[in-house]
Amino acid sequence: MLNDIFIAPFVDMFTAPDFLMQVLWEGLVSGILYALIALGFVLIFRSSRIFNFAQGIMVVFAALTLVGLFAMGIPAWISVGLTLVVMFVLAVAIERVVLRPLVGQPDIILFMATIGITLFLIGFGETIFGGENKVMITEELGIPTGDTVLEPFGGLLILQHLDITVVVVATLLVLGLLAFLNYTQMGRAIRALGDDHQAALSVGISLQTIWVLVWFIAGIIALVTGIAWGARAGVSFALEVIAYKALPVLMLGGLESITGAIVGGLMIGILEKLFEIYWGQPLLGGNTETWFAFVLALIVLLFRPQGLFGERIIERV
Amino acid sequence: MKDTEGYVTADGRQIGGTLMEMRNITLRFGGVVAIQDISFDIREGEVRAIIGPNGAGKSSMLNVISGFYTPSEGEVWYKGAKRPPMKPFEVARQGVARTFQNIALFEGMTVLDNVMTGRLTHMNAGIASQALWWGKARDEEMENREKVERVIDFLEIQNIRKTPVGRLPYGLKKRVELARALAAEPSILLLDEPMAGMNVEEKEDMSRFILDVNDEFGTTICLIEHDMGVVMDLSDRVVVMDYGKKIGDGTPDEVRNNQDVIDAYLGVPH
Ligand SMILES: Nc1ncnc2c1ncn2[C@@H]1O[C@H](COP(=O)(O)OP(=O)(O)O)[C@@H](O)[C@H]1O
Ligand SMILES: [Mg+2]
Repeated sequence: MLNDIFIAPFVDMFTAPDFLMQVLWEGLVSGILYALIALGFVLIFRSSRIFNFAQGIMVVFAALTLVGLFAMGIPAWISVGLTLVVMFVLAVAIERVVLRPLVGQPDIILFMATIGITLFLIGFGETIFGGENKVMITEELGIPTGDTVLEPFGGLLILQHLDITVVVVATLLVLGLLAFLNYTQMGRAIRALGDDHQAALSVGISLQTIWVLVWFIAGIIALVTGIAWGARAGVSFALEVIAYKALPVLMLGGLESITGAIVGGLMIGILEKLFEIYWGQPLLGGNTETWFAFVLALIVLLFRPQGLFGERIIERV
Repeated sequence: MKDTEGYVTADGRQIGGTLMEMRNITLRFGGVVAIQDISFDIREGEVRAIIGPNGAGKSSMLNVISGFYTPSEGEVWYKGAKRPPMKPFEVARQGVARTFQNIALFEGMTVLDNVMTGRLTHMNAGIASQALWWGKARDEEMENREKVERVIDFLEIQNIRKTPVGRLPYGLKKRVELARALAAEPSILLLDEPMAGMNVEEKEDMSRFILDVNDEFGTTICLIEHDMGVVMDLSDRVVVMDYGKKIGDGTPDEVRNNQDVIDAYLGVPH
């Protein structure tokens, strides 16, 4: 038993490094998507103290809109552009109709309002697009579908072209967001608002503009993850679960830390895959990916209550 | 717009016409009357102080000027026009910059980034242009950087440019906050107890910076202090508040010899 837990898995990793690389690669593909989604949560939380329960349904809604527009005969890439417009309109609508009237209410009320947004989008999405599963327009978007086989250490490493595309696009998006946040005035405004509301107002930052902006960013993230995840799993309301995968990332990385979201996402993507393959499947009958991340997050929180990258432990008074 | 003649100070500086005017301002919080029917003006180019014991209503007045509080009664006039009710960020965009009594900085950001946020009131490039680092946004960023570096040099904080503000000692934080306000190139600069909590040396530095800012850029400054001694050498004219009322208004010498002011500061019951 001890051997199975502490020795055998590592022996396996060592003796079949090509397979280990395969596992790590697949972990990375999921991890970068988790990181992206977590980033959407963090940006909204920092600038409005709202935990955005609707992030998951936004993924579904973006994917459905894209596929729906294409089905109406609109060319694929124009559909992407139009979907972005829809996500922008959604961000404006949420700010006007939900956030602005509720400003100053307790955080929990705003949280419940995002549950309301979720229920609305589910109903609205079903009315417009119907409830049945759809296929992501992967090929039409020009996303390559084949695979490349590498032979590291004389072994075998299969890289799906779809996965490569996902990693490249998601990485570019994350880096782009980081550059935007760090090197543009709007980005500084977003970070500033997260740090201190009063001070942000005093330098001329408009809450409303920033809110629309962060919800729109969350919408862009929703579209990208919707395409990536939808290409593998099909487009249905079940896509929503990708957002729940971000919850343990947030527990680990902290709701306010941008670095935490990125590092936490990658970490969880990779660790859950490693655990599933080397411990979960041989010892527990598999399917550990649904819960492993939460357990990991709980254990880390036991030892580090502020999370891995907690920026603020001390309650402000 | 100037609706009044200016005057010349004792040290020979030309002060302009009225820049901002408070007319019969009253501010209530429930039963508490924080400000009671106060009027005064701030002229272009002058250093105007508001002094008074703790709880007199000085910060409340500054909050009214900067739009953080909406007065219960009275009018704020700015650049010759009555100001409609405005949010703080709109007031900021009209050229009113401020610091806070309990320092409000972006603790997680570097000194440089903090001061850069001071330039947000001058942002013209659209979001898309910024996201894509396009023409106008890039030119603006360069221009902002140049101006910000000048402010940083001026306040002698070059050596901490890249330090996260959260790690700085109190005195330096106060200076960074001043830098951020200054970066906005404001028409009027509001300072809430800029010297509170500082040691003697830091106070002298801060006094010097305030005078230099006023001298070099001609910035109109309105500053608050509870300690009477500190401001007398700094300011051209002083408003004195006590229990939400104005009890004195004039040059430091006039105010110093005003019996009501002396009583308030000596704690004579009234
Ligand atoms: N936001 C507020 N809510 C309720 N009362 C306030 C508020 N701000 C100030 N006050 C009250 O107004 C009075 C003046 O306070 P303040 O303007 O901070 O005085 P000062 O800055 O001169 O020390 C005090 O009695 C204070 O309790
Ligand atoms: Mg005060």
